[in-house]
Amino acid sequence: MIAEALFFSAVLFTIGIIGVLTRRNAIIIFMCVELMLNAVNLSFIALSRLHASANGQVFVLFVMTIAAAEAAVGLAIIISIFRHHKSVDLRNINLLKG
Amino acid sequence: MLQDLAAVDTHPLAATAARYVGLLPLLPLAGFLVNGALSLIPAYRAGPGDPSAAGHDHDAGAAHAVDHAEQGGAAGDDHHAVARHRFAGVVSVVGPLVLALSFGLAVAIFLAMASAGEMKAPYVQRMFDWMVTGDLKISWAFQVDQLSMIMVLVITGVGTLIHIFSVGYMRDDPGYPRYFAYLNLFVAFMLVLVLGASYPVLFVGWEGVGLCSYLLIGFWFSEKANADAGKKAFIVNRIGDFGFLIAMFLLFANLRTLDFIAVAASAPTLGYNSALVTTICLFFFLGCAGKSAQLPLYVWLPDAMAGPTPVSALIHAATMVTAGVYLIARSGFLFAMSPTACITVAVVGTLTALFAATIGLKQWDIKKVLAYSTISQLGYMFMGVGAGAYAAGMFHLVTHAFFKALLFLGSGSVIFAMHRAYHHTGSHEDAQDMRNMGGLRKYMPVTFVLMWIATLAIAGVPPFSGFFSKDGILGAVFARAQHGALAESTWLGMPGSAVLYVLYALGLVTAFLTAIYMTRMMLYTFHGPNRTGEAEQAHLAEAPWTMTGPLVVLGALSAVGGWLNLPAALPLGPVGLLEHWLEPVVGSATAAVAGTVGEEVTSTEFFLIGAAVAIAILGIVVAVVRLKPAALVPKRDAVPSHGFEHVLEEKYYVDEIYDDAVVRPLVSGSRNILWTGIDRGIIDNLFVNGSAGLARGVGWIGSQMQSGETGAYAWAIAIGALAVLGAFTFR
Repeated sequence: MIAEALFFSAVLFTIGIIGVLTRRNAIIIFMCVELMLNAVNLSFIALSRLHASANGQVFVLFVMTIAAAEAAVGLAIIISIFRHHKSVDLRNINLLKG
Repeated sequence: MLQDLAAVDTHPLAATAARYVGLLPLLPLAGFLVNGALSLIPAYRAGPGDPSAAGHDHDAGAAHAVDHAEQGGAAGDDHHAVARHRFAGVVSVVGPLVLALSFGLAVAIFLAMASAGEMKAPYVQRMFDWMVTGDLKISWAFQVDQLSMIMVLVITGVGTLIHIFSVGYMRDDPGYPRYFAYLNLFVAFMLVLVLGASYPVLFVGWEGVGLCSYLLIGFWFSEKANADAGKKAFIVNRIGDFGFLIAMFLLFANLRTLDFIAVAASAPTLGYNSALVTTICLFFFLGCAGKSAQLPLYVWLPDAMAGPTPVSALIHAATMVTAGVYLIARSGFLFAMSPTACITVAVVGTLTALFAATIGLKQWDIKKVLAYSTISQLGYMFMGVGAGAYAAGMFHLVTHAFFKALLFLGSGSVIFAMHRAYHHTGSHEDAQDMRNMGGLRKYMPVTFVLMWIATLAIAGVPPFSGFFSKDGILGAVFARAQHGALAESTWLGMPGSAVLYVLYALGLVTAFLTAIYMTRMMLYTFHGPNRTGEAEQAHLAEAPWTMTGPLVVLGALSAVGGWLNLPAALPLGPVGLLEHWLEPVVGSATAAVAGTVGEEVTSTEFFLIGAAVAIAILGIVVAVVRLKPAALVPKRDAVPSHGFEHVLEEKYYVDEIYDDAVVRPLVSGSRNILWTGIDRGIIDNLFVNGSAGLARGVGWIGSQMQSGETGAYAWAIAIGALAVLGAFTFR
């Protein structure tokens, strides 16, 4: 049971990474980041059960809280970028170029 | 230990005027402070009488520069009849007064010493600890003994006279207080030099007088030649000072002390005629060669004539340049241990004396003649102290201070008159060139008579002072050639005796040349027709009493100074006063060099004296017969000389040779290797700009990674995370 949960978590995480690395649309990348976070949450839960400790679940609650805040801020940024550039394609957004 | 004998409380001089010895240099130093402060105040009162009111700078130096430019600036001494400095009155009192007080104190100490009777150990007064570090303990201490007192008396005595002379001579100079400030400071340092009880204290004075010499040579610094002459003196002296320092280091490394008394006590541990003691002596002599203008470092002294003439008299004739002779006399205990060094000193001195005398034969500038004559006479002194005749060397130092100061001041008085005459008519002729003089005896009778006395003295005509002192040196060299440590030693493979006989012969030749060039100077300056110019003749006149007064005193001293140290062969009074006086200081060193042969008068001695007198008179006669002042033309009409005469006139081209052999390679080496190569190439370009470039390059690589593409960053993070995971997994 735990092994399956961890395997599923790894799959989810990999999908998230591949999404972040390959896609260019900011919204999709954002969603993939959420996917990675939830993959981690899943492995926390599974390991919490394995070790019979509540610590993992506490962490998950923290992650979800932060993720919610991050989603709000992130979406706000993406919206204002869209207003500015009329696009959320990250290839066009390189203001941080050295 | 000798040091215990010299303990301050028990010394016979402890309760006398000698305990105020510290005041000797402090008095001139106070004069320096007062005059120096006054020199900072603008030269003239603001107002209609202010010669610099026409929009000129109020600064004394700048006002002088303007004045100089207007007059076209004759070379060398120049007098600017502008207006007296507003504090000239105060300065005229303070400047000479501090010297006179110092002289009074010196006389008091001298009298105390004379009445204290036999004084074997010097009186050393320690003021405070100066440098205490590890083994090195140097106190600021003054040493009163027979040698230092002779020097102090000469410095303060002749110094006072020259200060008084300067009151008249520098009267109209805008830098009047500055001049006296420097002159006072010089005397203060000179007294530190001769009173110092250890080599480092002596060295402080040694460097201080060098500084004042530099300042006074370049006193009229707005003329580039004068400023350059000052720099030349300073730089050439650095070479000598390097030798002095090395000698001090060697002494300290081997004896762990630098006090004269302690060094004298432990000097025998260096080993008689060892390489070490010879090295130390030769390095000391290098210092002397710089300070006292001996071959090969004499080149600065003729240029030093760019300073005011009283400066030439005080610093470059009577006192500072004799510091080297004093140093060798002071270090007699070292030199007496090294016959090699002794003969080297004597050889260099003799060669310098001869070399400078030949140049003096063909100089036209009256001060240049005296400058080369000074170098030549210093050579005599070194001949004397080199031969271990310390008393004879010091004797010549004293008489030379008298007659050479007189000659310089006399020439100053001549130049003063010449310059005033040319100034009246607005002419720009050279006031120092003897071809422009002639027949001045009519206009300046006092100067004329006094300068003849000095000339007879320097030429060695009895009974004037120079005869006795020069004869003392020549006689000593002859005696050393006959017997004693020097005659038995070898020098560069040659027997010392033969070398000394040659030196004696060269000394006689030099005496002959001295008589010629001095008579030549007198003939061209004072005899024959006047060549100054029709209009100028009306303005030629004797100098004021402030200038002739000191001349008269010096004239008297030059005439009778010989009685200070009469030779045993001529008992015209008490014999050998100076020699007996100096006996406690230099007696053992003299004995070590000379051996213990009795001093009975022999027929040889009379023969030597006769030869010296004959040579001197022959020189004067040759000059009078051969030289025709009437045939001389003024400088502007003079035709250039040819052949060897021209070589002499151009001073053997030594300055040019030094320029080509030393100065130019040094300058071009500094410019091309040190500056362009090392400073600009390696330090500036490689180190400074190189490190900046390296940082910039690394930054450029970093900035290229900063593409601004989020995807690229994400890849970098992912790969990095994988790498870290991999590292943890497979370690």
